[in-house]
Amino acid sequence: MTSEHTLSGSKPLPAGSRRATRFAHNADTTPWYVYAALLAFAIGAPFVIPAYTTQVAFLWLMILFALTWDIVGGQMGYNSLGNIFFFGAGMYISAVVQVGLFTDVGTYTSARGGEQLVLDHGDYFYGLVLGMGAAAIGCVIFALILGRIVFGLRGPYFAIGTLGIALSARELTGTWEWIGGGSGIAMPVYPGLPHEKSVVFYVILFALAALTFLCVRWLYSTRFGLAINAIRDDEEKAEAMGIHTLRHKLVAWSVSGFFLGMSGAVFGNMTGFVEPLEVAFPTVTFGIFMVVMALLGGKGTLWGPVIGATLFHVIKEVTWTYLLGWQWVALGLLIVVNVVFFQEGIMGWLQRKWPERFGITVDEGMSAGAAGREAAR
Amino acid sequence: MSPSPMIEVRDVSKSFGGVQANRAISLNVPAGKITGLIGPNGSGKTTLFNSIVGYHPIDGGSIRFEGREISALRVPQIARLGLLRTFQQTRIYSKMDCVRNMLISVPHRNAGFTDMFKGYSAEQKDKAERLLEFVGLYQKRHLVSGDLSFGQQKLLEFAMALMNEPKVLLLDEPTAGINPTLINGLIDRLKRANEEFGITLLVIEHNMRVIMNLAEHIYCLAHGEMLAEGDPDEIQNDQRVIDAYLGAH
Amino acid sequence: MLDNLDLLLIAPVLNVQLLLDGLFIGAIFVLAAYGLALVWGVMNVKNLAQGEYVIMGGYFAWHLGTLGIHPVLSIPIVFAIMFVFGWIVYLLVIKWVITRDLFTSLLATFGIALMVQQGLNLAYGPEVRTADSGLGTHSLFGGLVTVAEIKIVSFVLCVLLAASVILFMKTSRMGQAIRATAQDPRAAKIMGIDTERVYAFTYALNAAICGAAGVLVAMVWVIQPFYGVVHSIRAFVIVTAAGLGNIPGVIITGLGLGVAEQYAGFVLGAEFQQATALTLLVLVLIWRQIQLAKHRMVVQ
Repeated sequence: MTSEHTLSGSKPLPAGSRRATRFAHNADTTPWYVYAALLAFAIGAPFVIPAYTTQVAFLWLMILFALTWDIVGGQMGYNSLGNIFFFGAGMYISAVVQVGLFTDVGTYTSARGGEQLVLDHGDYFYGLVLGMGAAAIGCVIFALILGRIVFGLRGPYFAIGTLGIALSARELTGTWEWIGGGSGIAMPVYPGLPHEKSVVFYVILFALAALTFLCVRWLYSTRFGLAINAIRDDEEKAEAMGIHTLRHKLVAWSVSGFFLGMSGAVFGNMTGFVEPLEVAFPTVTFGIFMVVMALLGGKGTLWGPVIGATLFHVIKEVTWTYLLGWQWVALGLLIVVNVVFFQEGIMGWLQRKWPERFGITVDEGMSAGAAGREAAR
Repeated sequence: MSPSPMIEVRDVSKSFGGVQANRAISLNVPAGKITGLIGPNGSGKTTLFNSIVGYHPIDGGSIRFEGREISALRVPQIARLGLLRTFQQTRIYSKMDCVRNMLISVPHRNAGFTDMFKGYSAEQKDKAERLLEFVGLYQKRHLVSGDLSFGQQKLLEFAMALMNEPKVLLLDEPTAGINPTLINGLIDRLKRANEEFGITLLVIEHNMRVIMNLAEHIYCLAHGEMLAEGDPDEIQNDQRVIDAYLGAH
Repeated sequence: MLDNLDLLLIAPVLNVQLLLDGLFIGAIFVLAAYGLALVWGVMNVKNLAQGEYVIMGGYFAWHLGTLGIHPVLSIPIVFAIMFVFGWIVYLLVIKWVITRDLFTSLLATFGIALMVQQGLNLAYGPEVRTADSGLGTHSLFGGLVTVAEIKIVSFVLCVLLAASVILFMKTSRMGQAIRATAQDPRAAKIMGIDTERVYAFTYALNAAICGAAGVLVAMVWVIQPFYGVVHSIRAFVIVTAAGLGNIPGVIITGLGLGVAEQYAGFVLGAEFQQATALTLLVLVLIWRQIQLAKHRMVVQ
């Protein structure tokens, strides 16, 4: 143990490497080959299994859903049931921007799809990029405004409040005639072949999911990551220690909104048609999937949402059609069983089973071992 | 009394519904000293603590910290000014390990918006480990703090408070629930925190031996009112204090 | 869109229609909200499946109606079925989440809600249904105001049901045990109350009350497998606005919500009727937050 004391004593650590000056307390210890394999799969999938391009693209979307839910729900402990709001809001913002760039939105929607917006490649992608940007920014603004309302709420009120926001957005969108009301808006037509379209959106969704992952991975390694964990563990204590809790909560919620808004914009273009009930604010499908996937994989972990989303998506794709209409009941059952009997999720279970693999120390013997490794290095 | 007290409480009253928890309480916490606050159960000590740190609004009176009125400020704002409290029911971030508990407790006094996206410097990490060593938790620094014993959690909470570099630390019953054999070590650490780090302390304590050993000046509350004040000897021999504790009231 | 507002001024008797309809439907909301407050207060479980139990009761009444049983007579049957159902749900799920954190119970009941609504959808299909009572309609003010007899019957039944539940809570042994457990479960346990059974009974009673309310909904209004969510939200709005354990508050807020929905539906258009409950939820939450911010407390 003496070696340990000199390690932390008056003698500072050799500050030779740059890493020493930036102590990564939440370092991602994932081996490189995991990333390499994922990247290889992502690039290879459209070539090796072209028939499943759309399904895999949906997988990236699901991963994005689970990751963004977990920022607020898992890492910060504010369990939202209304994150789908950002998805729908982003979708509608991008729809209005993409249509509004080329024609009058009111006349376009009042034609009830009688008019189709056909654009050339340049205009289409110009509109798409602008729409995605507007969706992201718009959702961050929504997050900042709504966050001030909902983050005063704790526990059940937060969950119900967010659910209420998503549901009322759905109802109100359905009554807003300018953006098409209940009958929705047709998005600009993709200027190209269907296969080309599916590959293009595959690439965009993968890039978006990868960006989300890298962003949350970086966020969790900063003070921000520790602060939202602190809020999860004991918010009152965090306040008593002077942490800017509202600021952190708003940022976490905004990051969620940023990526979800963009994913909504992409999804709207993918389906080609935006409508409040099934496409933009699917509270009972995507809205719940987000929660289930994060819980299944293990909330509050970096990889949990990814694993949960993958597992859920694969199971869903394989079994969905064989369940003969019982799939939704099965989904409800999955939630109940998951929440009641397997709340730690897959990552949580793995961490409990083999804690040392995840850098978690469980007793003093472990601590000595870790210290020995540290000293040897 | 020193010229400018760190905390100056004047005529503070607080009632909950019909219950008057504090009635026109006044006290001074001089800079650099250890001040004690005692009183029988239900005498309003914790209520006064909560009023000082901004946990609830006060009904009347004034609370000044370094000459600045703070009775209208909220908990995090007051904490950022350098007035920190620990909890009677120890509160730590139970799912994080000790080092992380320490790191997240760095002062947020001047934290700008972009600071939240920074990492921690080697000095901060070093300081966290030295403070853990100071309270005797260095060996357990990588344990999840929720797995520590109650006494160890109390020590961790104390170390976290020191990490925050407060000017004043309000301790709510620091020795409650701690193994009696460890109490002397804790008193020693509190004194060292006061002397070496220059932190002013205001301590609520039930254990008479502890508070007489620790504090230079003691206030005694009873039934929500200030009953007596003085140095430990005066308090110990004050008939009113003895009566209050023996229930002669 | 606001033409109807003028209509209200031109023909003030229309207000009578809206008020009556609002009160009749609001009385049913009160039942579900009371059940929610009961479960919330006694076992600290926020039951998100509240509205689904209402709809479930409604479908049972509709089903019994197709077998030739009048909806009014089906109330005791549905009450009993839902009581047993609630007890079973308690044993299978709720029992395991009582001591856990808030979100566990919330999500677990959310899962139950999903299973119930989807199960109903499989069993009865997505059509909007009404349990036919075969009663006539009265016209007042020369036909401007119509009052269906069934609405009056429903209102009377509603009051009777609420009164008997409150009487049960006040006088019966079980009712007293429930109230004791709500105040301090540990003390209740020490005093020999079987808290497990109290919890099971409370949850079952809640399901039964909701089921009975559902029968009334099916008689005077419409049911559909996915209408449960809004009923849940309504119950939460009422309980949040009135506060736990405030029965007069729950009654007044419930009736008020019913009236508010009728007015919003009439003035703004039928599509706004559902949105009203949701918008009110958000407003109530904001209002609560402002109130609590004054006292520097958090909504727990």
